[in-house]
Amino acid sequence: MRGLGRQNYMEIKWYIGLAVALFCTGIVGVLTRRNSIIIFMCIELMLNAVNLLLVAFSKMHAATALGLSNPNIVSDAQIFVFFIMVVAAAEVSVGLAIIVMLYRNTRSVDVNFLNRLKN
Amino acid sequence: MSITEILFWSLSILALGSAIMVVTSKNPVHSILFLIVTFFAISGHYILLNAQFLAIVNIIVYAGAIMVLFLFVVMLMNLNAESEPKNNRYLLFTGLISGGCLFLVFISAITKSEQTMAMVQMGGGNGGLIKNLGMVLFNDYVIPFEISSVLFLSAMMGAVVIGKKSPPAPQGGNSGS
Repeated sequence: MRGLGRQNYMEIKWYIGLAVALFCTGIVGVLTRRNSIIIFMCIELMLNAVNLLLVAFSKMHAATALGLSNPNIVSDAQIFVFFIMVVAAAEVSVGLAIIVMLYRNTRSVDVNFLNRLKN
Repeated sequence: MSITEILFWSLSILALGSAIMVVTSKNPVHSILFLIVTFFAISGHYILLNAQFLAIVNIIVYAGAIMVLFLFVVMLMNLNAESEPKNNRYLLFTGLISGGCLFLVFISAITKSEQTMAMVQMGGGNGGLIKNLGMVLFNDYVIPFEISSVLFLSAMMGAVVIGKKSPPAPQGGNSGS
């Protein structure tokens, strides 16, 4: 890995820009689509954007004074990302069960039909 | 331009392009396949950052398990482009405007910050290797690790309880669905 290129450093702003763009794509998807499965997938997209930013920040701090005083800083951040993935997996199983139940009751995955839950 | 930068930009374009295709494609199955492409691109980013364990877990858990679950659900419901709910023009416009506003706010906040010139170490550093992650996970984070098993158990029970047919339903005779 060391011999891959002369400068093995990127500026953090490109990572922030990429993560923000992915996150806003997910936001637009949640706001505009009416298919509940697509909305759920956009939430996953936002989770992944945040995970990527967390890893990038951990690698940024590894080279600074904060990282030198705490040698485990990269591992700590990646454990956090790992736990986010764990929670997301649990969330997906329950959420998809809810969507399947919604489809079984209304014969549609349109979120606008959710107002039938009133009665 | 070093090879790291070329990889970074191509993976970023791949991730962003397929993320936009997730939102815009009419067919839900195509959306899921594009989301898998996005997850693979993000895994490539993890490899560039030398977070090898996360890259593998991202492929196995997200692209392998979660997206297959989505694909099963979509194919079980027999969704396609025709059954897609018709979109309201105003809703589309409002969503785009508000999402774009959020994007602009984030970008302006980033450009005002002074920390944006800080460097991210690509490759190098062994904090993301499985050995070190395992040491940290089972030394410092044992209790959250065990609690997450309880979380998975409750999620499994929740999925079964929610997905089970309610007792009056079998009288309708639609047990085949």
